[in-house]
Amino acid sequence: MDSFGQLFQYVLSGLSNGAIYALIGFGFAIIYNSTGIINFAQGEFVMLGGMLTVFFLAVFKLPLAAAIILAIIISTIVGVSFERLAIRPLKNASPLSLIIITIGASIFMRGAAMLIWGKDTYALPAFSGSDPLYIAGATILPQHLWILGVTVLIIIGSRIFFNYSIAGKAMRACSYNPLAAGLVGINVKNMVMLSFAISSAIGSMAGIIIAPLTMTSYDVGIMLGLKGFCAVIIGGMSSGLGTLMGGLLLGLLESLGAGFISASYKDAIAFIILLLILFIRPEGLFSKKETERF
Amino acid sequence: MLRLNGVTKVFGGLTALEDVSFSVTGESITGVIGPNGAGKTTLFNIVTGLYTQTSGEVYLGGKNISFFNTESLAGLGLVRTFQNVELFGQMTVLENVMVGLHTGSKSGIFSCAFKLPRQIKEEKYIRKMSLEWLEFTGMADHADMKAGNLPFGKGRLLEISRALAAKPRVILMDEPAAGLNSRETTELALLIRKIRKTGITIVLVEHDMDLVMDICDSIVVLNLGKKLAQGTPREIQENPSVIAAYLGEG
Amino acid sequence: MITEKKRQIFIFLIFTAAVLSAPFFLKGNYLLNVLVFVGINTMLAVALNLLLGYAGQISLGHAAFFGMGAYISGIITARFPVDPFLVMILAALCSGALAFVIGFPILKLKGHYLAMATLGFGIIMYIIFNETVELTGGPSGLSGIPSLHIGSLIFDNDLNNYYLVWTFTLAVMLLSINLSQSRIGRALRAIHDSEVAARVMGVNARILKVQIFTVSAVISAVAGSLYAHIMTFIAPASFGFNFSVELLTMVVVGGLGSIYGSFLGAAILTMLPELLRVFQNLDIVIYGLMLILMTMFMPGGLISGIGAIAEFVAARIRKRKDDHAQA
Repeated sequence: MDSFGQLFQYVLSGLSNGAIYALIGFGFAIIYNSTGIINFAQGEFVMLGGMLTVFFLAVFKLPLAAAIILAIIISTIVGVSFERLAIRPLKNASPLSLIIITIGASIFMRGAAMLIWGKDTYALPAFSGSDPLYIAGATILPQHLWILGVTVLIIIGSRIFFNYSIAGKAMRACSYNPLAAGLVGINVKNMVMLSFAISSAIGSMAGIIIAPLTMTSYDVGIMLGLKGFCAVIIGGMSSGLGTLMGGLLLGLLESLGAGFISASYKDAIAFIILLLILFIRPEGLFSKKETERF
Repeated sequence: MLRLNGVTKVFGGLTALEDVSFSVTGESITGVIGPNGAGKTTLFNIVTGLYTQTSGEVYLGGKNISFFNTESLAGLGLVRTFQNVELFGQMTVLENVMVGLHTGSKSGIFSCAFKLPRQIKEEKYIRKMSLEWLEFTGMADHADMKAGNLPFGKGRLLEISRALAAKPRVILMDEPAAGLNSRETTELALLIRKIRKTGITIVLVEHDMDLVMDICDSIVVLNLGKKLAQGTPREIQENPSVIAAYLGEG
Repeated sequence: MITEKKRQIFIFLIFTAAVLSAPFFLKGNYLLNVLVFVGINTMLAVALNLLLGYAGQISLGHAAFFGMGAYISGIITARFPVDPFLVMILAALCSGALAFVIGFPILKLKGHYLAMATLGFGIIMYIIFNETVELTGGPSGLSGIPSLHIGSLIFDNDLNNYYLVWTFTLAVMLLSINLSQSRIGRALRAIHDSEVAARVMGVNARILKVQIFTVSAVISAVAGSLYAHIMTFIAPASFGFNFSVELLTMVVVGGLGSIYGSFLGAAILTMLPELLRVFQNLDIVIYGLMLILMTMFMPGGLISGIGAIAEFVAARIRKRKDDHAQA
């Protein structure tokens, strides 16, 4: 492979990974914007998406599409249950308590997955086969196209939802000022539940579309969740586009770093970037600075 | 004792304070009043280093403290209380006041962990002084209560006790009478006068006009971020632009 | 009149006596070996508690300092005939220095951001432990670490290790208890309750947070060093995110802000896998559940639960006495 082809390959895999990080980051942002909480368990929904799909395929022998839809539905139910059972009763707890609870939930889900499905890794079949396309000296798998396509669709979908639908606008209102939102008749509790539902759905979708490429197992949630968080830190929590840019940027830097600097330190790259951004510009590269009122 | 010179604060598109200048004489009680949104709390935040002014200077006892960070001010003799009482809720009343003596003591991690004799002695001193300040404000009976369980009025008194423990030259009180009933307000007035007698300068932001007119030697009126007037209570009451600002607002 | 201070000294003496005499009741029992690790984990939990329970700063990467202590000690003593105790001091200093340096930028962050940053830091260290194979032996670990010794007294059996570790642990507990009730302890708790008010009162929150972070790192590194010499073999897997979470669980379950609580949490979580031998894979699920349930229903940890029970019993006894007196 010539070096341009190699570069293109890195860029491609970086972008497709980045798209996943962006999707996961969306999940973080949606919940954060409506509740102020960072849901540490976000990565586990990604895991659930992939694992449940494998489960329905292997055990119930469902067709792929049905397995996927069912997996997304179940993940969403888990997300909503989590909100009802563990988050809602603690609305007024200290931030520390909320962090600990979401960490606890993430561990619990991971442990449950390990109990149910063991520690093995599983592969999902690619959605439309694995015959690669050769473009500009790089190999593009159909799955890459699925990833990019689904990501674009979800982004457009959420843009429409948040800007043009009543429910979406209501959720944005809640994120700016829950008290005022409640006073104008928005059911804040439902909006919170909705935000968890959307986040877990998107998270599980992310897990499903990446699984054919990177396999899935009970503990993929940690790394993916963290990198999704990196995406949203790099891009900023407020704008959907910013998160997308953050994710893509992260994926690219990671892939190029792994390719040209060192493959074994690939994961470290993401976290070093995370720390740098947190130290230097915590509100993200693509968002405006906020002033805090006392 | 405390002097502001041309203090301006701009937040993005909003000018919270514009060219505010005034002086506070030592051992006086000065009130800062003005309609809501006039910038009073912003002023306090700037003086205590929580915000940085866009331009202008602040002088404490002649020293320019415009860019000093918050934590150095207690040691220089400037403390404040907050509008929504910021207590250390999980600690006892006594411990809260003991934190007030943080700048009056110096044992570090090592001496505290190893309980060096110097630290034991200092701890006894801190405890003794803290109890004395609780006596001063009449809170001694509550010494071992958890601060978070205090009724609101007592919480205010605790905040004041804690501020006093730092042996300040100037105390800034942000709406000390807010949420107090008339009996508590009268007791507050007596306490503030008592504090002034010990040589401390007091500046208060307040909305309770009776209290302000009663105890203040000098009053500064702010409106929409600008200083409108400064003078004795009588002068302020008779000042037509002050009256207009209050009646004509909204 | 039993003053609060005397009561505290009394409790600590009882605890020490119990710890020191336990081996006599457990001669040759496997439990003694477990208690050695309870000691190490207690040290770690107390270190984390100082940061988390007192100063209120969350750290999800504390295993990194534990690992640093273990690896510095392990790498140097496995290759060179240096006195291990000297290397332990070096490991502690290095950890402290690292904590001091990254403490400043990291502790400017609050809440979730701090949690994620410490998590990221922990993972970066873990990757370093894993990838610097020539130094650390990589994923397969580092062996040949010599035992500690003082003169001809070698610490290579359960009994000796028990006393070695618990001497350190009791010292750390005592120093931490002293610290918590001093000016510094109050300053830390003030930062936790209201950082802005603490600063207004002159507490230099920024520096104090970094100082306590450093102390915490130093204690963790010493624990790591002890661990390396006792196990004579270490691998990166023990120093990763999972262990950081375990430590967090210990502190939360035992009780944030309570030194004895940290012991309780460490004891329970160290012994749990032993008790659950049969249900090996249940441990992660249980940790998760414990974190959730504790935070929801008993935020003060087990120690507060025990305290509440003790209060209840004492009140009952008082009532009984009053009833008797009246009769």
